[in-house]
Formats: sequence, C-alpha cells, structure tokens
Amino acid sequence: MIEINQITKKYGNNYACRDVSFTVKEGEILGFLGPNGAGKSTTLNILTGYISSTEGTCKIDGVDILEDPIAAKKKIGFLPELPPLYTDMTVKEYLNFVYDLKNCKLNRKKHLAEICSIVKIDDVYNRIIKNLSKGYRQRVGIAQALIGNPQVLIFDEPTVGLDPKQIIEIRNLIRSLGKNHTIILSTHILSEVQAICDRIVVINKGRIIADEKTNDISNAVNGPKRLTMNICGPQNEVLKLLKNTEGVSYAEILGARESDSYAYLIEMKPGIDARKPIFYALSSKSWPIIGMENMGMSLEDVFISLINASQDEKK
Amino acid sequence: MFAVYKKELKGYFISPVGYVFMAVFLLASALILSYMNLSAATTEMTSFYFSQVLLLVVLVPILTMRLLSEERKSKTDQILLTSPVSLHSVIIAKYLSAFTLFAGTLCLSFFFHIPLYLHGTPNVAKIFSLTLGTLLIGSAFIAIGLFVSALTENQLSSAIISIATLLGLVVLGLVSSSISNDFVRTVVKWISVFDRFNSFSNGMLDFGSLIYYFSIAIVFLFLTVRVYEKRRWE
Repeated sequence: MIEINQITKKYGNNYACRDVSFTVKEGEILGFLGPNGAGKSTTLNILTGYISSTEGTCKIDGVDILEDPIAAKKKIGFLPELPPLYTDMTVKEYLNFVYDLKNCKLNRKKHLAEICSIVKIDDVYNRIIKNLSKGYRQRVGIAQALIGNPQVLIFDEPTVGLDPKQIIEIRNLIRSLGKNHTIILSTHILSEVQAICDRIVVINKGRIIADEKTNDISNAVNGPKRLTMNICGPQNEVLKLLKNTEGVSYAEILGARESDSYAYLIEMKPGIDARKPIFYALSSKSWPIIGMENMGMSLEDVFISLINASQDEKK
Repeated sequence: MFAVYKKELKGYFISPVGYVFMAVFLLASALILSYMNLSAATTEMTSFYFSQVLLLVVLVPILTMRLLSEERKSKTDQILLTSPVSLHSVIIAKYLSAFTLFAGTLCLSFFFHIPLYLHGTPNVAKIFSLTLGTLLIGSAFIAIGLFVSALTENQLSSAIISIATLLGLVVLGLVSSSISNDFVRTVVKWISVFDRFNSFSNGMLDFGSLIYYFSIAIVFLFLTVRVYEKRRWE
C-alpha cells in the first residue's frame, strides 16, 4: 500500500533523511520510531506531499506523490505533529471546511456525525477551537484526518501532551481504526508501539536502523539474553555458582519467592544459551529449579541498544 | 478551491479586518467625494477616483496581510498542502476572496454618487471606465499584497512591506513626468500604474492597459505559487 524508496532530504549540507526505505502492507499498523530529531516528521511530511524529497520516491497505493499529488493525497488522512486547526472556527465549521477541501462525496451530515462519535467530540461540536483543551484539539485533528475515509492514516505523535486516560482512549481508537485502514504511527513512546503496532521501523539520525515485526524486534539485536529463575537453595552459594557457570555474564538475586526459594536474574553472554550448563551445575548440587522464564529484551532496551549500535557503527 | 474561498471570505468578517476595510474605505470615499465634488460643485469624478486609488495603497495591504502569513505562522498551511487540492487553486481562491471584498466595497461606494445624479449630469461612460480602472488597479494591488504576504510569517511586516511597495509604485507614476532621461522616462511611464490609469480617466478602454493590469495580477500570483514551490523543495 505504501512504498517509500530511498528517500533522501538534504538541507544544505545536512541530511534530514538518508536512503530511507520501507513498505507498509494494506491493513498494517506500522510504528515509526525514533528519538527527537531523527527525521520521523520529515519523512512523513515528504510522504504526504508537504515537502519534497531531494531524492527517492514515495508511492501510495501505486500512485507517486510527486507525479500525481492530488490522487495520492486523496488516499491519505494526515495528523501532523501540530494539528493544523483554524482556531477562530468552531469544530463544526472546521470539519465542514475540511470536508469541502477534500472534495468528499459522502453524505455530509451522516459522515461528519459518524466521525464525531468515533472520536467523541459531540459535546464540543459547536465550540470555538481556540477554547478547547489539548485533548479535544488532538481529537479534532484526528477527526479531520478521518474525513473522506482515506485508506491510509498517518499520525505524527498523536498522544503527545495528553493525560493517561486520554492516551488510552486514543490508542484504543487507533487500534480500532487499524481494522479498516493502513496506519503509520510515528512516536517516541515505546509502550504505545508495543501496544498497537504490527511492525516497527526505527529511524535514527536520518537512517533506518531496524525494520521488524513487533514480536521479532528483540531478535534484531544481538543483546544479552535474560532469564529469571526460581531456585531452592542457600542464596549466596547459588548466586556464586551461577556467576561461575560457563556462559553467564551476570547474575543477581531479585528476592525471596516461595518459602525456600529465591528468584534470580541471569544475563547470558551474547549469542550463548547457558540454560543447559546452569541446569547441570544446579542439579549437581541438588538445588531444584522450580521456575524459569525467558525475559527477552524490553522494547526500551532494544531501542536504546539499536540507537547506540548505529552510533557506534558511525564511529 | 471554493472551500478556501468561502473560508477566507467568512474569515474577513470574523476578524475585524473586513469591517475595518469597508468602514475606512467607505468613510474616506464619502469624505473625498464631498470635498472634491459636492463642495466644488462639479460632476468631474477623475480626482475622486485618483484619491480612491491612493486610499487603496494603504487599505489593500490590510486585506492581504493575513492571507498567507498567518497560515505559515500557525502551520495551518500544512492541511492545505497535504489535501487533494492544487497549490494554485488555493492561491487563486485566496486572491479572489480579497478581490470580492474589495469589489463589493467599491460597489457600495456607488451609493455616494447619488447626489451627483440629483444635482447634475455626470459623464456615465467616463465613470464606468474609471470604475473599471479602479477595479483593475485593485486587482493588481491585491496580487502584489498576496505575494508579499507569502514571503513573511508576520502579518505586520507583510502589511508594511506591501504599503511601501504600492506607495513606491504610485510615487513612481507621479514623478515619471519629471524624469529628464528619455529612455528611463519611457520605461517608468510604461510600468507606472498611474499613467495607465490616466487613459481610463479619458473614458478610453485602452486594450494595452487592460492587458497590463491583468499581467501584473497574473505575474504576482505566479510568483506567489513559485515561492511556495521553492519552499517545498528547499
């Protein structure tokens, strides 16, 4: 549905994006992650036709944004970082304006009423946008993106500045929209991505450094694997044994668990699976393992190590 | 395009700008008329229209200052440029909204001519061509003001630069006859807004002048589009 191919944007001698390429399949929710200043908004602005790339192509449903901008833009609903609201208008006037601007052919009253109930702005429909709170303004911004029922929805940091309750509501909204639309969600809130997205693309300093399914993202990084284990036995000796086992790079006691066991956090050396050596070492001392769980890396860890790895690569 | 046109026109009456423009233009026109025609007891409208053009030098920038600079400042141009509308239709819609307000106000000022018809016989053909000339000058001024508004984010700068530009054009016209160098004088007279207006005041619809004013409007509208295109690529 969306094909971004070798997009490069230069401002003088600085690259805002460099060789950015990824695709989004129809019906997918893609998380577009990156630290501040990485080039997320630039890439999205290029995709939506607000600015033009120095090199590279963007295609939405096969239509190139530069060759046929109007046809391509018709397929997109875009919520930029700063919602483009005319603060002197009421919500009603603004949505009607966007409806006309997008040349929408659907039944005006019905379509707008539907959108208002989806984003829950019915009670502020006649209020001037200047007087709305940030949460409501954000929702009006989402509403304008939905007008015309575009196939592709692009949200640039939709939950920034919202309170936790509103954040959950917006996330649920995006998740439900994902059933019928292709969505790109740009954010630097990792838990958001983990909660909603099927796939994640990570960008740093203008370059893509990861492009994986959300579940697979931990495997994209050759970081240390972690285990938590519940082991019966004298804690200090168990800890000493664990630390001395081949393949274990780090071990610590997490706390007491059942009456006679403790939980331990074990980090294995990169690329090595030390579970068997640990089992054999513990069984030789008759210290039973009554629980073992693969921790995997949290998304935060993956993200930070990806960023660091790409910076090390540059050096 | 119609959506943008409607929004801008409405916007003129939500903010004080539309009302200020109309009020000042009509009030000043009425005062000028009473001074130049009623107290002088003449139906000769030429100086009245000349003065109206001078009035436009200050008032048109008031109309055009918010058209594009505000959009850029509050980043609302993002919705215009990412919607399935072409850039030039947006620019033309904004231009037409300013022109509609200007033309409407000019038509309203016709009410002030009524006393002249009651007490004399004004030359209707001349008034018609003078009105056309004023409309055309207004259309050129608005295009220039729109272009300036595209260059800056600050409404006030936009207004000031527009006033300065239009004033410069008018002054150029006024001093054109006193330039000694023949070639320079011809060039200046050719581009001067006022000299062309003179032909309208003689009741002649000079085709060359019509083309001239249309061209100014088109050139500056084109330049406005180019400014946006350049920004997009930069």
